[in-house]
Amino acid sequence: MTGTVDIKKEAAPHRERAAGPWIEGWRSFRKNKVSLVGAGIVLFFIFLALVGPWIAPQGINEQDLAKRLLAPSSEHWFGTDDFGRDILSRIIHGARVSLWVGFFSVILSIVVGSFLGIIAGYYGKWVDMIISRIFDIMLAFPSILLAIAVVAVLGPSLQNALIAIAIINIPNFGRLIRSKVLSVKEEEYIVAAKAIGMHDARILFAHILPNSMTPIIVQGTLAIATAIIEAAALGFLGLGAQAPTPEWGKMLADARKFLLNAPWTMIFPGLAIMLTVLGFNLMGDGLRDALDPKMKS
Amino acid sequence: MSNVLLKVNGLKKYFPIRQGMLNTQVGDVKAVDDVSFEVFEGETLGIVGESGCGKSTTGRLLMRLLEPTDGAIEFDGKMISELSNSEMRKARRDIQMIFQDPYASLNPRHSIGKILEEPLIVHGMGNAKERKKKVLELLEIVGLNEYHAKRYPHQFSGGQRQRIGIARALMTNPRLIIADEPVSALDVSIQAQVLNLLQSLQKELKLTYIFISHDLGVVRHISNRVGVMYLGRMVELTASEDLYAEPLHPYTQALLSSVPVPDPTFEREQIIITGDIPSASNPPSGCAFHTRCPFKKDVCSQVIPKLQEVKPGHSVACHLYEAIQH
Repeated sequence: MTGTVDIKKEAAPHRERAAGPWIEGWRSFRKNKVSLVGAGIVLFFIFLALVGPWIAPQGINEQDLAKRLLAPSSEHWFGTDDFGRDILSRIIHGARVSLWVGFFSVILSIVVGSFLGIIAGYYGKWVDMIISRIFDIMLAFPSILLAIAVVAVLGPSLQNALIAIAIINIPNFGRLIRSKVLSVKEEEYIVAAKAIGMHDARILFAHILPNSMTPIIVQGTLAIATAIIEAAALGFLGLGAQAPTPEWGKMLADARKFLLNAPWTMIFPGLAIMLTVLGFNLMGDGLRDALDPKMKS
Repeated sequence: MSNVLLKVNGLKKYFPIRQGMLNTQVGDVKAVDDVSFEVFEGETLGIVGESGCGKSTTGRLLMRLLEPTDGAIEFDGKMISELSNSEMRKARRDIQMIFQDPYASLNPRHSIGKILEEPLIVHGMGNAKERKKKVLELLEIVGLNEYHAKRYPHQFSGGQRQRIGIARALMTNPRLIIADEPVSALDVSIQAQVLNLLQSLQKELKLTYIFISHDLGVVRHISNRVGVMYLGRMVELTASEDLYAEPLHPYTQALLSSVPVPDPTFEREQIIITGDIPSASNPPSGCAFHTRCPFKKDVCSQVIPKLQEVKPGHSVACHLYEAIQH
């Protein structure tokens, strides 16, 4: 059915690069210097996490009791701890632990939270009622208390700390995506999708989900920062990583006895936590501005 | 005329009004109330009315994007109003829709190629290569270019987007197209282009249109027959020339007398209807128009007038006219 329809064609096909929303988002993210610094910090720690074992000056568990609690020097840049282990090496390895917990706990809660949120938002009525009330109940607990309860049930370990952090973040993501779905599902292109004859699963996951993802990506980046702090807090309380895992929060906890005579044992793990969290927060703010201009205000 | 393609009988849509703690139903908004009409194959049926009269709701009911409260919809001999959800999804291949707002009806995250290909994927039509070919073919037909397939909706103007919307509606070779205010959001010059496109497509592809609009001029231009709706009811239904030459229902007469005429010296008697359109949640008894009608009789506030043929091919729901005897 090739037809000659009397309509003026576009003039000369002036070609511009077809830019999807993601590419445009990156272009505007690039302009924000502060968040580029944040992204730089994040990339630096990701790099440490990936190549840590090859660049760390010492193994994480190499003890030398003759060299315990040494101040930073040219041999041990960040000093040594109470077992004579090199703190720099442990911090480099710790990046792997903290980022792993941060990323995976957030991904886990995004997957579960988005699934529940999208169903609650799209189907509404009693489905929404049940899911939203569960979220409300979970949010009624202080998050770290809930995490402690979860770890208490599962037993203290790094993996269980990850699961606990994932669980406490589920309602945040769930509510976020539910509210976004409520507005997206009224859009005309969703009605159009139904009119085409699509079934619900395709509408939900190919049309509503991608259009609801922006706040999730922003919130996700910020949540990694919180998750790292929460993992450190659980480690500090002895409920997360167990000795001798070089987890930053655990290192802080072990070092607190030496705060006065060997402050470097606490300062450097603390700085590592602070820098990573700062990096993720700066990056998250930049992402928010770039991807969701309406949220700026 | 030719065969009846779509037959609507007693279509109703009541939206419940719920209130209070217990969500008890306190009333209904009668968005569409007992509407019946037929659409013949190959024609364009225009539906006009002011905003809130239920014309868009009628369009969505026909596609079962909204579930009718009551009534029967028969498409090509099939009772659409009785299909299960999955059967209805398949039936939508033959009935497609063009939407009012070309800025909102295209998914901003999908490229044009993907938007156009999707109806084929959903209905399992063709393989990847055939689908691609069909996408390019339709882009060509609606007056766009091949390279547009890689672009995203925000890179197009309103008129171009509406053509993309039209192309999407045509992907599955539908027989009936419900156009819900397809040109209301466009500039007047672009409106003409899109209307001409719709007309030439109709001729080439033997399409049947239901054209919903509040713009009397546009409807006159494109429709063979026109139905006028007021407060959820069809008050007049007749051939386009008839309606514009000799409107029978007082509401239609008032509507037509409000159309501006491009002649400053032209003087005519304008019928000005007073008062506001009544609430659809509490419509007047009897004829819904009796509160504003200049020719009101006693019977008008008591008995709901039926839509009946008063002249050959000309139906009106008004107590001022008597049905012709066949």
